[in-house]
Amino acid sequence: MDTLTIIAIASIVTAGLTIGIGAIGPALGEGRAVSSALTSLAQQPDAASSITRTLFVGLAMIESIAIYCFVISIILIFANPFWNHAISQAGGR
Amino acid sequence: MHLSSDQVILWQSGFVKLNLTIVTTWALMLLLAGGSAFITRRLSTSITISRWQSVLEIIVTMARQQIGEVGLEKPEKYLPYIATLFLFIATSNLCTIIPGYEPPTGSLSTTAALALSVFIAVPLFGIAGSGLKGYLKSYIDPTPIMLPFNIIGDFTRTMALAVRLFGNMMSGDMILVILLTISPLIFPVLMSILGLLTGMVQAYIFSILATVYIAAATRTREK
Repeated sequence: MDTLTIIAIASIVTAGLTIGIGAIGPALGEGRAVSSALTSLAQQPDAASSITRTLFVGLAMIESIAIYCFVISIILIFANPFWNHAISQAGGR
Repeated sequence: MHLSSDQVILWQSGFVKLNLTIVTTWALMLLLAGGSAFITRRLSTSITISRWQSVLEIIVTMARQQIGEVGLEKPEKYLPYIATLFLFIATSNLCTIIPGYEPPTGSLSTTAALALSVFIAVPLFGIAGSGLKGYLKSYIDPTPIMLPFNIIGDFTRTMALAVRLFGNMMSGDMILVILLTISPLIFPVLMSILGLLTGMVQAYIFSILATVYIAAATRTREK
């Protein structure tokens, strides 16, 4: 297999694995965060605005981990520097 | 399909390149500044005020209240900066409802610039609030062993701010483009609604995080 094929295979497999495995952790974490927010909302409904605001801030922080994995995946698929370099080398030769 | 609107170059002479991100940012600046100047031409303090003035008052009052709830005692000092961050990001994300519009916050250059401005603003507000020694002493809070971690934490949270906003806006755009090629119109419309919601949440998150960082930097005197 030449270099181009190896780069393509590695990029595709890594892109899929990155977002697949990278979405497990944040999903579990967000589930726990929402569940404890619901519990505390049921116990103290008049603190609802503060709890909701803290919940959203916490969810955004957890979500950013999944966003990092997504950005890596997108870069591997659409803006892959190794692929572009190899293509320019193959085209120049 | 391009990754971000940075790659759409509208005009170029020499090494000065005018890409879509810059032009969209200028249009947004014109909209925000021109709209505000137009609304505040005739401010009135009587009971009956125009609708647009009440809109602006609601926004300013809510921003002030949120900043006060984070723990900064005099919200007016930080209100212009934080509210400008929120208004720019919120307007840029809300305008995705216009067809053919690509949000400038969907390009890493804009979000990196916004995160850099927060990175510079936090020491500025910290030094203005507690003096140079007070601000530098906050880096060895609670023990001097934490010094490298605090410094590294400063850089990583700036990067996290930039990538969070960029990832959320770019993913919304990209999912829409991909869905439009494979499914009937109802699914892209639903994803577009979700994109609007996440856009507003991300604008709020960005400004609240900036407020929290500034509050952490100016809180040393009271402890």
